[in-house]
Amino acid sequence: MSATRVDARGLSCPQPVVLTSKAIDAGAGHLEVLVDNEVSKENVLRLAKRYRMQTSVREEGPDIVIEIKT
Amino acid sequence: MGNPFASRPGIIAVGAVIGVTATLLQYFGNPPNMGVCVACFERDIAGGLGFHRAAVVQYIRPEIIGFVIGAFFAALLAKEYRPRGGSAPLIRFFLGVFAMIGALVFLGCPWRALLRLAGGDWNAVTGLAGLAAGIGAGVVFLKSGYSLGRAQAQKTASGYLFPVFMAGLFLLAAFQVTFAEGGPIFFSQKGPGSQHAPLLVSLGAGLLVGAIAQRSRFCTMGALRDVILLRDFHLMSGVAGLLVAAFAMNLILGQFKPGFAGQPIAHTDHLWNFLGMALAGLAFALAGGCPGRQLFLSGEGDLDAGIFALGMIIGAGVSHNFSMASSPAGAAAFGPAGIIVGLVFCLAVGFTMRDRA
Repeated sequence: MSATRVDARGLSCPQPVVLTSKAIDAGAGHLEVLVDNEVSKENVLRLAKRYRMQTSVREEGPDIVIEIKT
Repeated sequence: MGNPFASRPGIIAVGAVIGVTATLLQYFGNPPNMGVCVACFERDIAGGLGFHRAAVVQYIRPEIIGFVIGAFFAALLAKEYRPRGGSAPLIRFFLGVFAMIGALVFLGCPWRALLRLAGGDWNAVTGLAGLAAGIGAGVVFLKSGYSLGRAQAQKTASGYLFPVFMAGLFLLAAFQVTFAEGGPIFFSQKGPGSQHAPLLVSLGAGLLVGAIAQRSRFCTMGALRDVILLRDFHLMSGVAGLLVAAFAMNLILGQFKPGFAGQPIAHTDHLWNFLGMALAGLAFALAGGCPGRQLFLSGEGDLDAGIFALGMIIGAGVSHNFSMASSPAGAAAFGPAGIIVGLVFCLAVGFTMRDRA
């Protein structure tokens, strides 16, 4: 199954978290969340932790990709 | 995670440092239960620059300058300096204007609401309840797809503008330049504007708070929002740290005086205390940060946050010039009208700025 991609670049707090949370609640078990700053990364990682999901982070050029899995 | 300030103990410590700093600044001369109130101090800056002529609240507050420049250097050192902007700047400007109008009906930003509570001013309870109500309304909009759109990366130098502007203000504060008879730079001779800690103490405190708040992402609006929206208590633990530390320091310094009536720079008009902060809370939620957070963001290169902060400074001028800012006697003649216009504006923004899924 391919990952659901959430593009949260350029969005201000808390929209990256809201979009990610909506995607998880809609049933996505495998997501890739694109953000462009450390704060959004920290917030999305904290959200994933509360959902008890696994995370990995990688950089793609100027962007940060957070992979979230159940 | 390489950032200890963003951990749970980190944010609690940062909140506690802000609480201790605020109460110490009061001890060193800042107005009581005001400490580091962002709204009050931006209002004083507006007065210092002659944007309003309320003679008792005019001073170019070095704390505000320190917040921006401290955050700027912290962001540079942490490689988080990242100029960006272009997410509905004009809307953010007016959100700043109306946030200030609401805050000045209550007489304080969320930080001051906490400091007032920590000093025994129970009127802060209605203010904080209003703040929560306003943020709660903002959360409803956020859940239904509210967004001011994406910010774009900007040229490196564009993010220097706001810190340099603040440095310029510091020169005006330090040298108290007289341009002509009777202004345009004003410093209160009496009232809250005349009460201040020594210049360098204020600046140093501002730089410290700016730096650690940038690292920790401390935000009072975000604290309430995350609890309501996500049941996430991370930022709220920082707010608790501020409240507890300020309360303990007030006890130690003999600054704790419980009651409703006769509190410093406060009034007991409960309805307008509540609605003033409800307007401010909604505006902060729609703009994505409390007044302090907006200053830290503008330091790390967020041009839209800088626009919001300028909106607050101009809003302070409007608020006093149009008889909307409260006094210890209670709400002013046009305060309620200002709140109604502000709520209409914020609701219009909330309803119309939604992405359809």
